[in-house]
Amino acid sequence: MGSNRRQFLRIAGVTTLLGLGGGITLSASSYQPEEHSAREKEARLHAGRWGMVIDTRKFQTEEDFHRVIEACHSIHNVPRDEAKAKQEIKWIWADHFEHVFPGKENPFLAERVEQNEFLLLCNHCKNPPCVRVCPTQATYKREDGIVQMDFHRCIGCRYCMAGCPFGSRSFNFCDPGPYVKDKNPDFPVRMRGVVEKCLFCYERLEEGKQPACVEASNGGLIFGDLDDPDSHIRQVLREKYTIRRKVDLGTEPSVFYIV
Amino acid sequence: MLEKALDGSKTYWAWIIFLLAVMGVGSIFYIIQLQKGLMVTGMSRDVSWGFYIAQFTYFVGVAASAVMLVLPLYLHNQKEFKKMVILGEFMAVAAVVICMGFIVVDLGQPQRMLNVMLYPTPNSMLFYDMIVLTGYLLLNIVIAWNNLHAEWQRRPHPRWLQPLIYLSIVWAVSIHTVTAFLIQGLPGRHLWLTAIMASRFLASAFCSGPAILIILALIAKKFTRFDPGREAIRILSQIVTYAMIANVFLFLCELFTAYYSNIPGHEHILTYFFLGLHGKGALVGWAWVMAGAGILSLVILIPSRFRNNQDLLLAGLVLLILATWIDKGLLLIVGGFIPNPMGAITQYAPTGYEIMISAMIYATGLLILTILWKVAIGVKKEIGEA
Amino acid sequence: MYDAGKILIGLVIFLLLLTFPFWYSLGQASYESPELQLPEDSQECIRDTEWMRKNHMQLLDDWRDTVVREGKSVYTGSEGKQYDMSLQKTCMDCHTSKKKFCDRCHNSASVEPYCWDCHVAPEEVANGQQ
Repeated sequence: MGSNRRQFLRIAGVTTLLGLGGGITLSASSYQPEEHSAREKEARLHAGRWGMVIDTRKFQTEEDFHRVIEACHSIHNVPRDEAKAKQEIKWIWADHFEHVFPGKENPFLAERVEQNEFLLLCNHCKNPPCVRVCPTQATYKREDGIVQMDFHRCIGCRYCMAGCPFGSRSFNFCDPGPYVKDKNPDFPVRMRGVVEKCLFCYERLEEGKQPACVEASNGGLIFGDLDDPDSHIRQVLREKYTIRRKVDLGTEPSVFYIV
Repeated sequence: MLEKALDGSKTYWAWIIFLLAVMGVGSIFYIIQLQKGLMVTGMSRDVSWGFYIAQFTYFVGVAASAVMLVLPLYLHNQKEFKKMVILGEFMAVAAVVICMGFIVVDLGQPQRMLNVMLYPTPNSMLFYDMIVLTGYLLLNIVIAWNNLHAEWQRRPHPRWLQPLIYLSIVWAVSIHTVTAFLIQGLPGRHLWLTAIMASRFLASAFCSGPAILIILALIAKKFTRFDPGREAIRILSQIVTYAMIANVFLFLCELFTAYYSNIPGHEHILTYFFLGLHGKGALVGWAWVMAGAGILSLVILIPSRFRNNQDLLLAGLVLLILATWIDKGLLLIVGGFIPNPMGAITQYAPTGYEIMISAMIYATGLLILTILWKVAIGVKKEIGEA
Repeated sequence: MYDAGKILIGLVIFLLLLTFPFWYSLGQASYESPELQLPEDSQECIRDTEWMRKNHMQLLDDWRDTVVREGKSVYTGSEGKQYDMSLQKTCMDCHTSKKKFCDRCHNSASVEPYCWDCHVAPEEVANGQQ
């Protein structure tokens, strides 16, 4: 009798599980995505690998930096909360030479280099470690080289932040909504618990526009296709000596600096 | 068999209620964390993993309690472990549940957790960690439960379990290796980027897991008079001692490489731990306690004269657990983020929320352990093995 | 059967709990579809109303993957007309009120989609500009 009850419970349990599982599968498969009619925008800019040159000589005054940073942060609804500096969110910002290029500093740096600040943003690496470690493909590399984020899919494990050797990623420790002044209605805000970073203005490239920081930089930032030998950015790279951050790590950053 | 967990003394029920109370209080803090986000923790942009992930790392090691009994028993026919092996396996179950708990509370969006299975990503080490931890949990539950059930019915152990037992030995190695790989392959995190990280994980797991098991088994002996056997404890403490020697040796290898090579990236974090760097040194006290406790534990554990004295053995094991916990459950994870990628130092300390939520997970693990051990010891008593 | 009495009592309690929603709503007013505010300026949606009512959630789910992950953001509707696949820019351009459109049905059906945790509702913009 005892073992019969045991068997009965077993069968009942398995049947319930099968029923639930089958039900979920059936209800999920009832929607047929209609004849896939989505396509790209006509104005969209294409590239083999987007890249950027930062002409640091054109960033001298505080105003030069502020203009560029503000252009990005305001249209991308980046929250600002002065009280929580340790947990702040940054897409593009500035820091001193020894922080931007650790290992490249020396005790006798040229005064201009030592005193000046340098712009920092996601390097959109060719071999991005953040993409390698992400367990859900919430961060991934697009065909045009942009290291993209899908905020819908991010589970907030912050593995990408451990993986990024450039400190380019920020985590929403709290709900960012209340800290965004004058929300841009054409771009989403993020929710608490997801990671974010610079996305090379994929949403502007789609409309045929240059990234917001580039537009606001008065020629201090050059953006273009690194794979196209005839592009303006390649011409600049041919003519000027440039450096990149932490090349010894093999991530192949797509952001170059003219120092 | 499970009904054996429902029949206990007043002390047993008081303990269960105490654990449930801790879980209850902790869950209030967790609900607040869910609503407000991880802002209630001490983590930051620079130190983006903290106490939770460090506890996860430590308890993957604790799960090694099983393999250090299973391997000698089944591969080397070390019969002394026959009685105790079930305790080790059930402890591994509790430890893996604790690990999973710490992963979940660390997520920013826990309700999307299943995305890891929905979009399997074989290039991410977290994907493999999910597989090996779930696998180890299932292996230990299936093996321990079925063996115990056979013993209860006074039948021989089922033969179909044999291959699973051998698999569980290999699998145990995989959980430490994969967890080490989680951090050892990241470019630019100097403390973690070392080829001996997986070996260090194995060494520290093989000493800390069985050490905790011995202490808990002796506590259980006091309350239930279930004696795992003097010989079993003696051999296991020998294993613990050798594993700790290997663990300390590997740590000293790291010190040598960093300071003899004189490469700043490798030196900085170790200097930050032991002396402080750029005027910051929140972990200096902890680091020296770790060093002191580690050395002292070896002084007690290496001479068999001391080790075979139960009081001294206990003291040695407590010191060993303290040292390995500070090493892996406090310094190792935080140390990967200091200095930050810009070379600046952001310090980290867990907040009250992190401590309370961690207490909730510890209590859950202890509750599972208590219930499973109650069942196991109940069965052993019934069949006259205790 | 062992403990037949206890099992039967248990089963009865279980059945009562299971059918609780029916007992609870007995004698209450029957469900009425909420009244939605329809767009004033435009006459047609990207698909017909019936289809949208049934499938809008899957459509939006589809859209977010297509736009974010495939970079394709132009949608051709059943009439051949083209739309920007954007909740904020397209849907809410006609349906100018989240409160009087989305929320009405979602509230009455007790659905809480988290679209608006991130996406900016028209009301929020209006408030921000004041």
